[in-house]
Amino acid sequence: MPTRTPLLDDRAIARALTRMASEIVEKCHGIDGLVLVGIQRRGVELAERLARQIEAAEGGKVGRGKLDITLYRDDLQTIGPRPVVSETRLPPSLDGRTIVIVDDVLYTGRTIRAALDEFADFGRPRRILCCVLVDRGGRELPIHADFVGTSVNTGPQDRVDVFVTEIDGRDAVELVRA
Amino acid sequence: MSLSLKSTAAMPSSSSGPEVTVPSLGKDLVGLEPLSAEQIQLILDTAEPFKEVSERQIKKVPALRGKTIVNLFFEASTRTRISFEFAEKRLSADTVNVASSGSSVSKGETLVDTARNLEAMRIDMVVIRHGSSGSAKFLGDRIRSNVINAGDGKHEHPTQGLLDLLTLRDKFGKINGLKVAICGDVLHSRVARSNIWGLTKLGAEVAVCGPATLMPRDIESLGVTIIPRIEDAIQWADALNILRLQLERMTAGFIPSLREYNRVFGVTRDRLDKAPRDLVIMHPGPMNRGVEIDSDVADGEHSVILPQVTNGVAVRMAVLYLLAGGSPDWAEGGER
Repeated sequence: MPTRTPLLDDRAIARALTRMASEIVEKCHGIDGLVLVGIQRRGVELAERLARQIEAAEGGKVGRGKLDITLYRDDLQTIGPRPVVSETRLPPSLDGRTIVIVDDVLYTGRTIRAALDEFADFGRPRRILCCVLVDRGGRELPIHADFVGTSVNTGPQDRVDVFVTEIDGRDAVELVRA
Repeated sequence: MSLSLKSTAAMPSSSSGPEVTVPSLGKDLVGLEPLSAEQIQLILDTAEPFKEVSERQIKKVPALRGKTIVNLFFEASTRTRISFEFAEKRLSADTVNVASSGSSVSKGETLVDTARNLEAMRIDMVVIRHGSSGSAKFLGDRIRSNVINAGDGKHEHPTQGLLDLLTLRDKFGKINGLKVAICGDVLHSRVARSNIWGLTKLGAEVAVCGPATLMPRDIESLGVTIIPRIEDAIQWADALNILRLQLERMTAGFIPSLREYNRVFGVTRDRLDKAPRDLVIMHPGPMNRGVEIDSDVADGEHSVILPQVTNGVAVRMAVLYLLAGGSPDWAEGGER
């Protein structure tokens, strides 16, 4: 029987986002050329919240984008039924800009690898950083997160469920242990 | 092989819940008749994100990297073949074009032999256009590769039907409840048939309008109404899909003359001005300006003829992407 443990509740998520928002501004030395790119689907909502917080604090516009990495997956040739492809929307040019990839969970690192490949087809950003709400370990590639909401040690049988109000009606992060 | 193998180990660093995958289309796309409304909707929905790929500076995604696709065209085609080729290349597939002239087909090789020889070179998909109705299904039943029908005789031209649906959906936001009149040479038109199947499955009302000599018997059995006069069709419809009048039909005695056809059935500005609403104008191309459609209509503000062409690439990318994800057990289709 799998057990479900809460990792973050709505207030903890809000605090983590606030902290990461100010860390992003600090590390990027302001918001010039900054683009927050959310990975479909929940990363898009998280990126939007971060962008609004940064705008409120800094008083300027922050670039936004959404990215679907499905077509860049490294297992697309081997899997059976096709995953749903969602929208990709990026600013017209990424040349010279600072991109922060925003995703809900960082695990194997393959999503970020796919995102990096996809950015290469859109231009040459000056710098790419990675921001995740949950880092659950288990990397299969040399990839790390620059901004982390919370870290948790998990095994391959475990699952981390992220819920966001915009999609799931509530904010929560839960660990499901097999 | 299990279909859920990817859920934990392989990809998702976002392991938030089970991954959403789409229902399958099966091994081949031979027509819209065998598809359900859900499957058609799925292709249209999948085409949406592919539109954006063609707007990028680097118009290429690696989704079909390593797949080999043969475009087997036994009939002349410019638009469809180029559109398929763009779709394939933008998905990073490797493509080979085979035209009937200049290949072993002109030496008398049968369709299945041609395809089996290609398969022996380890291809993954065949896009076929052929003059005989049913040839795509015939081939699909006999080879392991995915087969996509790019027009078979008078039967179907499913990707054209799909791009027409996508264009209508872009314009009206929905298909359900739309009134679409298909005008012209319905008898010889595979485009008309694919449109009728697709539109009626998605809940549109379909009428056909054209000379009685170019109207198939029992066309009503497909769930369409016949409107004999173009003026009445224009009064009734939200959109006109104007078919190409194949000029060789005149010599075959189906119509008296091109001028008379234009006078009686041509879609002209004068006729459209009497419509109670602005009609969306579609044409699958290539157009005969001044015959079935007047130039100022074809180039008018309600014409979506060029958006149709743009959508063609997106729809074909969606079909290729969805079919390439075939589950291994479909590969048993080929009888050796």
